[in-house]
Amino acid sequence: MSPFDRLRKSEWPAIADIVDQVSTGKITAVQLVDRALKSIDENNGYRAIIAPTSNRAKQRAKEVDKQIAKGKIGRLAGVPFITKDNFLAFGADTTAASNILKGFDAPYQSTAIERLEAEGAICVAKANLDAFGHGSSTENSDFFTTLNPHDKQRVPGGSSGGPAAAVVLGMAPFALGTDTGGSNRQPASLSGCVGYKPTYGLVSRSGVVAMASSTDTIGPLASRVDDAALIIDVIAGQDKLDSTTIKTDPKGYVLDPADSRLVGRKIGLVKQFMGDGLGSDVKQVIEAAVKKFEKAGAKVEIISLPSLSLALAAYYIIVPAEISSNLSRYDGQRYGYSEVGANDLVNSYILSRSNGFNAENKRRIMIGTHVLSSGYYDAYYKQAQTVRTKIINEFKDVFKKVDVLIGPTAPTTAFKIGQNSDPLEMYLSDIMTVAASLAGIPAISIPAGTSKNLPVGLQIMAASQHDRQLLQIAKAAGEVLA
Amino acid sequence: MAKLSREYVLKLAQLARLKLTNDEIELYRDELSEILGYVDQLQKVDVKNLVPTYQVTGLSSVMRKDEVVNYGANQAKLLKNVPAVEASQIKVKRVLG
Repeated sequence: MSPFDRLRKSEWPAIADIVDQVSTGKITAVQLVDRALKSIDENNGYRAIIAPTSNRAKQRAKEVDKQIAKGKIGRLAGVPFITKDNFLAFGADTTAASNILKGFDAPYQSTAIERLEAEGAICVAKANLDAFGHGSSTENSDFFTTLNPHDKQRVPGGSSGGPAAAVVLGMAPFALGTDTGGSNRQPASLSGCVGYKPTYGLVSRSGVVAMASSTDTIGPLASRVDDAALIIDVIAGQDKLDSTTIKTDPKGYVLDPADSRLVGRKIGLVKQFMGDGLGSDVKQVIEAAVKKFEKAGAKVEIISLPSLSLALAAYYIIVPAEISSNLSRYDGQRYGYSEVGANDLVNSYILSRSNGFNAENKRRIMIGTHVLSSGYYDAYYKQAQTVRTKIINEFKDVFKKVDVLIGPTAPTTAFKIGQNSDPLEMYLSDIMTVAASLAGIPAISIPAGTSKNLPVGLQIMAASQHDRQLLQIAKAAGEVLA
Repeated sequence: MAKLSREYVLKLAQLARLKLTNDEIELYRDELSEILGYVDQLQKVDVKNLVPTYQVTGLSSVMRKDEVVNYGANQAKLLKNVPAVEASQIKVKRVLG
């Protein structure tokens, strides 16, 4: 029995089916929340969860059941979900898995959480991440490392490693995550679920702990593409609290089975992602997937985007620059960890930050400080933003020829805990996901197969604001691969 | 790229309001040098006739009404997270000498 078969048994029904059952009285929100909390408890050993939000979830379930009895049925009525712990959300502290935010009680909720709750969804827990999203394995969480659902010696990926593991372990039908450079897609690949990064600006960032403001996106981790599409349909849209939000597709994102096909689709296999540095086992799975897509009627051609080889270097200039700016707010004065013993204001800042941030936070803050400092700004930051334009232009040209681009999501399957001890080596695990982040285009990782019982993810990317098309093709691809 | 000097790492830390231990200074000298060495590959990329992209939405000067929106965050809730409070105000160390 493959790990997928084993885990599929613990899977939840499709979200639309859960809502159907709730609305026809076959199951209640209280029962659904109990099932989720039971699964969270049973799978405690994987350390995917920082804190359950049990009391609030049970109370909300009762309220949702009352509303259902009155005939008021939201589009996600009674559906339990788990949030990555970098969304401001009630029910437990919001920590971003960082010591500097330990004990932070959110005074309001993020827009994405509010929109999910307005449709009757119920948050049952807050999941682990690399602190502030700085990492690809959850090993940079200040609290603990989450274990891969398929092999406890291995990482689940990151930074949304907690949400990905939680979904694969069946703790909830979906989780809410953030993806700045691959943080939903890479753990989805390593843990074996769907991880989606929508077009930049499609979902409000209001109330989300900021990492890199020009690439931060919000999206779901789920068991099915249909589920991810429904969630994005609920949370997408302009928000007065985030001036970078864009208009949604007039057709919405809920998929019509008739449109989800591979016949006649033009798919580009990214040459740069299939060469050096790609594990041979991952390559085999992707090549097998390509054959299946061709058999299903898609036209697959190899596409070269030469500037992709520059994306990781550009990313690790731009993102640390924005991190150093965004994390300057943590000064120990208004909220967060504070060093009370400091003798003056500057020392209070310095000691609060030095004791509150971890090694990777400090590493990125210092790189960002360097690339933004006078004398280096043009050479690093401006140059990286100009290379970004080059990457965007290449994507634009390619999407005139193909509907989507595909390739592996990550160069390897889940690596062992402690294996990538060198920071640069860890950064290389993002090499296939950062380009879509810099370009702001939508991308999704879906399970493509396994190698030695570990999941391999397929990444699909589409042109900016072509999220609906991306999801249609991802759904059809998922059906061919299943 | 040459290994960053101890002095330069200390200067970066000071700019970023961080205090490093001796071990951290030596570790970051190696790690930051390695990372900056990697990103240095961008220096030789030809970007003639290209302008930088600072944001990808194409939106500019997005306006909204300047009005108070009540999103439920009252004073007590906001002050709950403040490390030091006195008379409903945030207390900090002396700012002016």
